[in-house]
Amino acid sequence: MATVAVTAERENYLNQEYGIRSWLLTTDHKRIALLYLISITFFFFVGGFFALLIRLELLTPAGDLVQADTYNKLFSMHGQVMIFFFLIPSIPAVLGNFLVPLMIGAKDLAFPRINLLSWYLYIIAGTIYLHCIVTGGVDTGWTFYTPFSTAFSNTKVIEAGIAIFIAGFSSILTGLNFVVTIHRMRAPGMTWSRLPLFIWAHYATSIIQLLGTPVLAITLLLVVFERAFNLGIFDPTRGGDPLLFQHLFWFYSHPAVYIMILPAMAVESEVVACFARKRVFGYNFVAMSSIAIAVFGFLVWAHHMFVAGISLYSALVFSILSYLVAVPSAIKVFNWTATMYKGSISFTTPMLYAFGFIGLFTMGGLTGLFLAALGIDVHVHDTYFVIAHFHYIMVGGAVMGYLGGLHFWWPKISGRMYPEGWGRLAALLVFAGFNLTFFPQFILGYMGMPRRYWQYPPEFQVLNVLSTAGSTILAIGYVLPMVYFLWSMRYGKIASDNPWGAAGLEWKTSSPPPTFNFDEEPEVTWEAYNYEQIPAPAEVNVER
Amino acid sequence: MFDNFPLWPVRASTNAGNVDALYIFLVALSAFMCVAIFVMILVFATMYRRRRGVEAEQIEGSSALEITWSIIPLGIFMVIFLWGAVIYFHERTPPQGASEVYVVGKQWMWKLQHEEGPREINELHVPVGRDVKLIMTSQDVIHSFYVPAFRIKQDVLPGRYTTAWFRATRPGVYHLFCSQYCGTMHSGMIGQVTVMEPVQYEAWLSGGITTGSLAASGDSLFQQLGCSTCHRFDIQGRGPNLVGLFGHPVHLEDGRTVIADENYIRQCILSPHANIPSGFKPIMPVFQGLVSEEQLTALVAYIKSLSPPPAGGQGGVSLAPKPQYPKE
Amino acid sequence: MLSDSPIAVEQHGPELLHHFVDAEQQRDAASLGMWLFLATEIMFFGGMFCAYLVYRYWYYNEFAAGSRSLDIYLGTINTAVLICSSLTVALGVRAAQMGKRKLLVILLLLTIVFGFAFLAIKGVEWYDKYKEHHVPGHSFNASDLEKPPYSNGGIDQQHEQIYFSLYFAMTGLHALHMIIGVGIFIFLTYYAWKGRYTPNYYTPVEIGGLYWHFVDIVWIYLFPLLYLIDRKPLR
Repeated sequence: MATVAVTAERENYLNQEYGIRSWLLTTDHKRIALLYLISITFFFFVGGFFALLIRLELLTPAGDLVQADTYNKLFSMHGQVMIFFFLIPSIPAVLGNFLVPLMIGAKDLAFPRINLLSWYLYIIAGTIYLHCIVTGGVDTGWTFYTPFSTAFSNTKVIEAGIAIFIAGFSSILTGLNFVVTIHRMRAPGMTWSRLPLFIWAHYATSIIQLLGTPVLAITLLLVVFERAFNLGIFDPTRGGDPLLFQHLFWFYSHPAVYIMILPAMAVESEVVACFARKRVFGYNFVAMSSIAIAVFGFLVWAHHMFVAGISLYSALVFSILSYLVAVPSAIKVFNWTATMYKGSISFTTPMLYAFGFIGLFTMGGLTGLFLAALGIDVHVHDTYFVIAHFHYIMVGGAVMGYLGGLHFWWPKISGRMYPEGWGRLAALLVFAGFNLTFFPQFILGYMGMPRRYWQYPPEFQVLNVLSTAGSTILAIGYVLPMVYFLWSMRYGKIASDNPWGAAGLEWKTSSPPPTFNFDEEPEVTWEAYNYEQIPAPAEVNVER
Repeated sequence: MFDNFPLWPVRASTNAGNVDALYIFLVALSAFMCVAIFVMILVFATMYRRRRGVEAEQIEGSSALEITWSIIPLGIFMVIFLWGAVIYFHERTPPQGASEVYVVGKQWMWKLQHEEGPREINELHVPVGRDVKLIMTSQDVIHSFYVPAFRIKQDVLPGRYTTAWFRATRPGVYHLFCSQYCGTMHSGMIGQVTVMEPVQYEAWLSGGITTGSLAASGDSLFQQLGCSTCHRFDIQGRGPNLVGLFGHPVHLEDGRTVIADENYIRQCILSPHANIPSGFKPIMPVFQGLVSEEQLTALVAYIKSLSPPPAGGQGGVSLAPKPQYPKE
Repeated sequence: MLSDSPIAVEQHGPELLHHFVDAEQQRDAASLGMWLFLATEIMFFGGMFCAYLVYRYWYYNEFAAGSRSLDIYLGTINTAVLICSSLTVALGVRAAQMGKRKLLVILLLLTIVFGFAFLAIKGVEWYDKYKEHHVPGHSFNASDLEKPPYSNGGIDQQHEQIYFSLYFAMTGLHALHMIIGVGIFIFLTYYAWKGRYTPNYYTPVEIGGLYWHFVDIVWIYLFPLLYLIDRKPLR
């Protein structure tokens, strides 16, 4: 049906139509992915800016850069922006949206218009939140604990709550789209056991998005109602229970962390397989681990509440369950490592991010064992130890996964290669800057420095200075890709269909793909990661 | 540990060493796992780097390996769980006969009152070697009482009492932090715990202006607020006789049986209609909004003093201060 | 490929969207999508039901008293109204399956009427609560509520506010879903009248019906939980 054009630019999803309307009214999952890419990058830098201010304030023990109230808003909004407007959408809404139909051989997601609606909901939510920021912000911590958020805070809790409520629906709709697509729209021959592990992980992520996010929605709604209409559901002076809020909140917010890490694990599987040129070791176990993480992830929420006033016995139950949920993650790390055994490994930028991911995720995950241990958690809960733990996973894990994935699929998305030398430099800067920023925080936490502290005792200063120094390096590492990705769209080397010699249906179509993804509907007769059938590219490291 | 670059706070309680032991074990385990994985990756990355003419070997997997590296970590995790659970159980079970300090947290200060009477703000003086139990509540939002040197932490909630306990082992001055974000001056809601030798502690106790023990001020409040009108000790009044009540089961009107602990006493004062004991009418006035948290703790301490101390303990405080020390 | 062959082009109408292979795939996708969405709605209401269960266990007397203060006749009528509306919806789907356009339009209109009836009665109930000062907030006053004479427990005003907070939150959210449902059905009625739905393509009616049934089921839970806590005669 289609013939390969010999001239320089074939018709693809980018050049098929021009003009702002064709972008803002698109239903093409690939264009929507790019819309998301631009929006979440914007919010990443908003959240990152708040982080920089926090680290600058913490250079000195005294509160001398901003006022206490301002500082409290900075960390609250840093958390909310990064979690709800960057991390939760990031990989699913950008890479997932772009790749899920391609990887299963479909023309688009099941509900393209709902996909676009999902982006608009995100934009509306983001606009409301931006308005909240510029008209005073919110200072409840990202966790909105009651009764502070319902009865004591003087900031824009209602607005922030509504914005996140709407962003939640964006997330739910994305998850719904993915689940239906993966169930109903696989190409002939694409059985469940031939699916890339990227799809399995996104499937598990989507289940969590579908079942968990509504609970956050109702919880935030109740907080908004309580503030707006003076209800008393969480008000202890009226018999309300602040712990009820915590249970409802964490019932979503713990699975939420798996929404943030599973997609990064998805990327990890694809990248490691490609740059070791072999199938992932233990495919079935890795696929089932994703499902296990999603299921067990719903059972451990009260490990955030060990000192909150829950009973001794609930604490024991949640602690033991938290150890169970650690096992599937460990299995994945071992499997990725084993994939490298007797592989043929090259050190491209995505692979560097993949190495970094394994290392940092392992460290973050191991420190989770500390927190699940009841006796230790009493000491380190609400200290910098927890902050270090989750940043190792969220930044060292999820963000590195996101950046690695962006680099890996950039040729497919844009039709261009990014500059490999700069890519590797940025990866190394991110890795080094990250460790310098967050490793000292483990020590700070065990030493007793509580989190959310605008001022602190002088003996904590040295470690704080180290941490701030690291954050400046990290910031540079984040800005570089922004610059060279943009550069590459004009000046980058033109990419072939499959510059990495990777397995996967997405590499069988052009870079960038045509609007309807494939010239002919694929029919799959091979297993996933069939690297024995794919010749290695002549030179993997493609330079400008 | 290292004087110039400490890795943990000073150990100043019986609990601290236990917590640090598990911590050090976990650090060693994590270091081992990290080194193992990093070294393996480095070795693989070097040995199996891409070379011309050398193909990757396609390996499906190995169920034996998968099961091994699932079971062994699970086993280790269960050991860690048990170890941590034992420490936690110990932390959450205050010993009998501990002396009690009532704590009220409010934005942004700590108010403490010893059962012997002295009040402190943002400071807590305790003697070495004595079990101290903290009975805490908040006047507004959730706070958290955290003493890193003792390795203890407990959220302090509005509307109920939560408890923590410790036994200090080393004289010195240690940080007290609020560790649950509570508003503007959360980072200013700090103080110090001063651990003193017993003799110095006695001196400190009697040195300040004494207002009588906490239970004694509870006694006078009991009279002032008219509680004694209905809660008589001589004859059966319109309210239950409170002697011997604390620590024992109470059968309620609605069929439930609850133990009369600090939270129960507090609830009875603030919303009596929810907790009518069986056989009594709901005629007790509601004191919500009429008593402050400090007054509540005084009343609770007084009612506790009406019960005999638990067997084997070193005695709670009756109306006269009576410090006791464990025999070493 | 199936959707490209000339025969297939004739057989499907404009309703088949390009990215689907065939109409069956499109129908399956829509159906699965709606069921998943309803699962999210269960979790959404579920959070509030959790809060309700906890507080009912703690403050039973206040919940019982609050429950008795609701108008059981209006509640029962509303329950009947919704059940009838689910009947008209189910019959409507059947009518669409059989290609009976006029019948379909009538049934959809009836459903909308029932929906409005429900909302109107709910509005009356809320107004009554407002007049009785049972709306949580500064003017809340539930001292008119009776405690059961067989219990010595009294009614704690603050705990009573929690019952009514949950009452308004739960019925309010349910009413919002009803309003959305009525809106959906107005669209369905319009397109049905225009002849859009045929025995080959009536998916919107089917999934709209699923949504309506769900909102009905939520009410079937709300009614006993809010109205029927303790209706023993007070002697």
